Parts: sequence; C-alpha cells; structure tokens
Amino acid sequence: MKNVMIFLIAASVGYLHQESVLRSSTGKAQSGEQTIRISASTFEFTPSEITVKKGVPIVLELISRDRHHGFKLAEFHLRADIEPGGTEKIRFIPDKTGTFTFFCDVFCGGGHEDMSGILKVVE
Amino acid sequence: MNDLMNRRDLLKLAGMGVAVFVSGTTVRAGGAAQMKNESFYFVQLSDTHWGFNGPNINPDSQGTLKKAVAAVNGMDEQPDFVVFTGDLTQTTDDRKIRRDRMAEFRDIVSQFKVKTVRFMPGEHDASLDRGEAYQEFFGDLHYTFDHNGVHFIVLDNVSDPMAAVGDKQLQWLKSDLQQMKKEARIVVLTHRPLFDLAPDWDWATKDGDAVIDALMQHPNVTVLYGHIHQEHHHLTGHIAHHAAKSLMWALPEPGSVPKKAQIPWSASEPYKGLGFREVEAEAASARYNINELPLSRG
Repeated sequence: MKNVMIFLIAASVGYLHQESVLRSSTGKAQSGEQTIRISASTFEFTPSEITVKKGVPIVLELISRDRHHGFKLAEFHLRADIEPGGTEKIRFIPDKTGTFTFFCDVFCGGGHEDMSGILKVVE
Repeated sequence: MNDLMNRRDLLKLAGMGVAVFVSGTTVRAGGAAQMKNESFYFVQLSDTHWGFNGPNINPDSQGTLKKAVAAVNGMDEQPDFVVFTGDLTQTTDDRKIRRDRMAEFRDIVSQFKVKTVRFMPGEHDASLDRGEAYQEFFGDLHYTFDHNGVHFIVLDNVSDPMAAVGDKQLQWLKSDLQQMKKEARIVVLTHRPLFDLAPDWDWATKDGDAVIDALMQHPNVTVLYGHIHQEHHHLTGHIAHHAAKSLMWALPEPGSVPKKAQIPWSASEPYKGLGFREVEAEAASARYNINELPLSRG
C-alpha cells in the first residue's frame, strides 16, 4: 500500500511538472518566460528572495503547504489567493528595476505580520 | 478658568482645526460644565494583545494591561466610557486557548471603575474564526451607539481575513448614515486604517475607499483606530484619522525600515512607545481633543 501511495504521489508530481513544462513550452514560453515556484507556509515564503531581469516575462507558481495564504506584490498590482492543494499562476513582465516587497495579505496566524519576501528586479 | 477652557484657548492659538494634541496629565472639567458644554470624554485603549509572550519585546506582558486599567481608574474624573480598538488578545490556532485569553482579558477589564466599556475585534481576535469566539465574549462585530450628541459607528474590518469590510456591512453602514442628518457628529471606531497607510505592511483596509466615500457625505466625521501600534494622524479630505498606541509593543513608523518588526523593549526606557489616550469630545463644535498618555511604571 505504501509503495502504491509513493507511486501516486510521484505520478502526481510528475504530472504537475509535465503540466508546467507543457505550459511553458507553448505561448509565452517561446518568448523566454521564466518560471519561479514560491511555496507559502506559516509564516514564510520559500524562497523569500527572488531576483529577476527587467523585461523578462515571469510566471510565478504559488502553492500553499498548510493553509489559506495570500500573495500580494503591490508595486506590480499583483495578488492571488493560495489554497492548499492548488497552484496559482501569475504572469507579469517586470518593467522597472528595484527591490519590492511581496507579502501574505490573508491573516494566517501569529506570525502573519512577518510573512513577506523580496523581489529584486535588475537590468 | 478650568482646564477645558485652557485647551480651547490653545486650540485657537494653534489654529489646528479639528484637534489639538497635548502631552501629559490633564485635570478634567467639572461635571456641571460638561453638561452645559455638552462635552464629555472617553478613553481609547488599543492592541493589548493579551496572551502575547516575548520577553525581549515586553517583559511585562502580564502586567501592562493591568497597569493601564489602574491608570484609568486613577484619573481624577472618570471617563464616560472606555473603548478598545481591537487586538484585545494575541492570536492562536488553538480554539480553547483563544477563549481562555478572551476570558482572562474580560476579567481584567471588568476592574474598570467605569462600567461602560466598548469593544471591537482586531485581526488577532477574529480573523482565524471569522469572529466566532469574539462574539461569544464581546458581542457584535459591528454596531452603533450614541453618546451626548455624537453618533459612534463601530466598523469591523478584520473578521474577513482579507481585511475587508465587505458588501453587507457596507450596505449596513450606508443605511445607518442615511438616517443621520448631514451635520451629525460622527466618530468611526475601527481597527485597521481605512486608508492605504502602508499596504506593503498590511496597514490598509481592502475596501476602505468605499467606506470613506460613504462617510464623505457628512462633514463632521472623525476616525479612531489602532492596528499600527503608534500615534498617527492623517486626513482624507475633511475626515481625520487618528491611530492609537498599543499596550503591548511598539512598531516603527510606516516605511521607515525595510521590514516591519516589533521594536524591542528598552530597559532604560521601559514602556516606551506604549500608552493610551483620552479623547475630549465637544459635540457642539465637533472637536475632539486628543491627549496621549504614557504608561507609567506603576
């Protein structure tokens, strides 16, 4: 039974990976989209610091490992709800350089106020 | 000339319009004068976070609220009422601990001499269970009350974990405002700022603009709130917004540091940044004189 479960999990991960690859191999992927997966859990984002290049299209894949979280990147007018079991995708093109804060905007507990990360956009 | 008159003179001299801010202890005007002038005063306490434990932030976390209650009880003249603008308790995932903290908080504030105490939730009290436990202990999440010619509106912008007032409450607010005369003296009490003070720090209300739009129809509106753990004053049009200090820890000024973090306790200046305020309301002139009071070592 345990082996079956491992297989199912592995198959699921493989499917998700394949789905991601398929998406990336079509449409905007042809113009050099960069995909970044960010995991949310109480009370942190992993990775908490990401660096991207200005003008390069970005796909953020957001997942939650425990509970309902939010993702807000106000400078680029981006936000999403992140529920366990799903993957939220946000596409955008960073059109300005600088250091920007993203944070959880759904109150998730005692460390909620500390749940933030940094997006660095460089030339 | 009593102290009330002194503050009025100061108001004229300062030319500040809606409010004047004075530090230090004041002597209250007499009861008879209060009635004649239709003025009264109340005390605002905020962000007590009962249940918080962090020795580097507040080694007196078990005593700070009790000191504030004692300080209010020690005032020469008692306020007409006390209001807590949210985050009464520190949040927890544990349903039982949440209720234990609320029960302990309620026991402590039952020691006020003044028996009219108003409450509202902060996100620490109500966001994880949409206000279920809070309502068991403290009643409605939003409501109104009237006192000596002033209409108070308590707004809930926390029981939705996305920090929204929500359409239903917004309609309730609009209905309430429609029943008020345009010149009505209105004080809004809420937890989060209704304007975008620092969205990156979660210091905003998702649909705060809609609330402010509704309030703008009335020329005499003042907002008192908490959440940001510091004194702060801001105008949106003619509406003044005044944030109160916390009674557990202080936070930095909005945008002053890259990452928001609790300000550590200072052994040389204990209780620095903590405090509460008294608000003297003059209904006739729609003026609210705010007096910030530090928390003494008690």
